[in-house]
Amino acid sequence: MIITLIFMLAVMITIGRWLYLNDLTTKSWAVEGIENMPRAEIKLPKSKLGLFVFITVITGLFSLLISAYYMRMGFGDWAALPDPPILWLNTAIIILSSAAFQWAQISARQLNMRRARIGLSLAGLFAVLFLAGQLLAWRQMTELGYFAASNPANAFFYLITALHGLHLIGGLFAWARTGGKLLRGNDTSKIRASLDMCTVYWHFLLLVWVALFSLLLAT
Amino acid sequence: MVDIGNTDIDALPVAEVEEADLYHAKSWITKYVFSQDAKVIAIQYSGTAIAIGLVGLVLSWMMRIQLGFPEVFSFISPEAYYQFITMHGMIMVIYLLTALFLGGFGNYLIPLMVGARDMVFPYINMLSYWIYLLAVLILVSTFFIPGGPTGAGWTLYPPQAILEGTPGSDLGIILMLVSLALFIVGFTMGGLNYVVTVLQGRTRGMTMMRLPLTIWGIFTATVLALFAFPALFVGAIMMLLDQVLGTSFFMPAIVSFGEHLEYGGGSPILFQHLFWFFGHPEVYIVALPAFGIVSDLISAHSRRNIFGYRMMVWAIVAIGAISFVVWAHHMYVSGMHPAFGFFFATTTLIIAIPTALKVYNWVLTIWRGNIHFTIPMLFSLGFIVTFLNGGITGLFLGNVVVDVPLSDTMFVVAHFHMVMGVAPLMVVFGAIYHWFPLMSGRMLHVGLGKVHFWITFLGAYSIFLPLHYIGLLGVPRRYFELNVGGTPADFIPASVGQLNAFVTVITLLVGVAQIIFFINLFWSLRYGKKSEKNPWNATSLEWQTPDMPPGHGNWGPELPPVYRWAYAYSVPGFATDFIPQNVAPSTMPGLENIEDG
Ligand code: HEM
Ligand SMILES: [Cu+2]
Repeated sequence: MIITLIFMLAVMITIGRWLYLNDLTTKSWAVEGIENMPRAEIKLPKSKLGLFVFITVITGLFSLLISAYYMRMGFGDWAALPDPPILWLNTAIIILSSAAFQWAQISARQLNMRRARIGLSLAGLFAVLFLAGQLLAWRQMTELGYFAASNPANAFFYLITALHGLHLIGGLFAWARTGGKLLRGNDTSKIRASLDMCTVYWHFLLLVWVALFSLLLAT
Repeated sequence: MVDIGNTDIDALPVAEVEEADLYHAKSWITKYVFSQDAKVIAIQYSGTAIAIGLVGLVLSWMMRIQLGFPEVFSFISPEAYYQFITMHGMIMVIYLLTALFLGGFGNYLIPLMVGARDMVFPYINMLSYWIYLLAVLILVSTFFIPGGPTGAGWTLYPPQAILEGTPGSDLGIILMLVSLALFIVGFTMGGLNYVVTVLQGRTRGMTMMRLPLTIWGIFTATVLALFAFPALFVGAIMMLLDQVLGTSFFMPAIVSFGEHLEYGGGSPILFQHLFWFFGHPEVYIVALPAFGIVSDLISAHSRRNIFGYRMMVWAIVAIGAISFVVWAHHMYVSGMHPAFGFFFATTTLIIAIPTALKVYNWVLTIWRGNIHFTIPMLFSLGFIVTFLNGGITGLFLGNVVVDVPLSDTMFVVAHFHMVMGVAPLMVVFGAIYHWFPLMSGRMLHVGLGKVHFWITFLGAYSIFLPLHYIGLLGVPRRYFELNVGGTPADFIPASVGQLNAFVTVITLLVGVAQIIFFINLFWSLRYGKKSEKNPWNATSLEWQTPDMPPGHGNWGPELPPVYRWAYAYSVPGFATDFIPQNVAPSTMPGLENIEDG
């Protein structure tokens, strides 16, 4: 549970620092009025803050999973599985997906909606390719006889990739909504806001994937 | 006392705060069924939670009649008993109390108390409720499936949870795990709303340190839940895979019914770590909102500012933080390195400090207050007494040497029912009596309320005090019966049987007496005395809405500005004994009499 605890510590320090720097020390009973009150402000749009909280929660989820991984590894029957080479390809694809999103976001900022559309389509395409690649990796593993039930290392492999994939699938819903806005030619500020959110989420999932993949490689 | 240095601040000019676009329902269905209004969602959450809570209550009767009158009721088999225990525990802790405090009270009170029109993500908020409902329905469905619900105990420890021989080890446990996973997904959606609304939805002048403690409690509990529930989620998914795919995350090599199972090498202890990493914070997920609410009730009903507001906030935050590093105190009997045992015993005792501080502050608030013995106040006092009681037995159990012999006895059952069963329920009742006028525009009947309080309070004590004693005598928990071949086992004194019968009779009576409460609710909804606005003369924002009950969007054309904290009660020199948070200093009656604070 060390990894989880480190993560929790980081979360607590962040929250604690924020509370301390803001108004946790004011004498609430002694102050009247509005102007002179320190106001704990987070200068972020609500939806962005929501996304960040969500990302923190998901990070917690994966750190618990990694903690469980290491704890389970400590029991004698762990037999590491070979790292399927296709995972390298998938990693490249998910990087491309993230990059395409970034490009779409930058284009939208420059009000080049045509390029934003291309970027977004590419990002979605790569994301779907990545998922297909993960399925292929599963196929290869089962064909080689690495079933989930035969060893905990295999079981964790399937579990980790599945959970990560599910989060990406969730992201694809947001992707579709953003795409809808772009096609309908909504107000650009709305499009940009949704593109921003998706891009952050995509980069986050990329980071999670890199962490999980390194875990698989390292063990 | 109050420093009114800057009286030159007049009523503020019109809000510069951007107005969120408020969702407006277009049809009856989107207004009352698939509603995105937090107040409607709150009622839906509460109704569902209370309904499933009543199922949990009936299950406790079933267990009690078996314990009180063994061998009389043949329809309670040992298997059924375990299923009752499991479902009772799970329902009460998660589907009733967590959902009620956060989904119910959280949804109702957060936007109103921070001065917002609604939650920040109403659509996600709506989804949260419907996923919760689905989770509840799946849970209930396990009563009707072949094999019945799981009987693994609410802790669901593997390996037995998924081994043949435990009731409901197929579909029962599978659906339980699915239901939990859904609950967590639904909760996370709601939780994001509660957190972001408190952080970003506050009206002008509503600083964090002016939030009523109710909001602090719910807010901190939500943060805890957002980080604790994932542990249960991971545990549930892994156990699901163990059961369905035959993986061995938690399952060691096992011989069951003379047969070597396919499992091997897994670690039940791993599950315990995950479970209690969730399970201990869960206690505070239930307790912190109760702490917060009770602070506000006490303050309003004894007309005094809460004693040590800042300390109370720090205590809530500190308890929340520490509650993540005590989980293994539930695992002393699983065996651990003594150094770990020492560590967890220490953190457990440390957490008692902020908790005790809160109790002192409640008492000091009431001390020399102008106590109004209203129903919410009675329940609040009931809470303090009960919580103190449970807290003290908790200090005993936090020590490894005391815990080991008492572990898994009825003493533990009595302890945790006091702290996280009776005490939070006292707050739930108090809160309902307090906020019912706001929700319905009518008062609950006082006489019926008093009868309800005394029966519930004295009843709870008659039920759980004897259980402490029975536990000290060594009666184990989770036992279907104590008889061996018709007579009590040697180590059980004869008096245990009589006490058990007594407890059971009281349980049934107290349970049935809750009808008084429901009659009061439904009767008052139609015929109750019309409540005037702000009937308790409270200061917090939820009572200051233009309409009562508050309409869609809560506030009039403008959001209320906030000038002070929520505890301006009995401020000397004012005409009234309370000053609402949104009354501008320049318009306060009686202000001219104040020379210096
Ligand atoms: C309405 C009054 C209640 C009564 C009479 C009651 C009675 C019982 C009984 C007889 C048991 C089984 C003890 C055993 O044999 O081990 C039990 C277990 C339990 N109860 Fe209650 N209970 C009540 C309310 C609550 C509430 C409000 C909660 C919420 C926290 C709660 C949480 C639990 C838990 C967690 C267990 C342990 C289940 C297990 O061992 O797996 N109970 N209760
Ligand atoms: Cu605990």
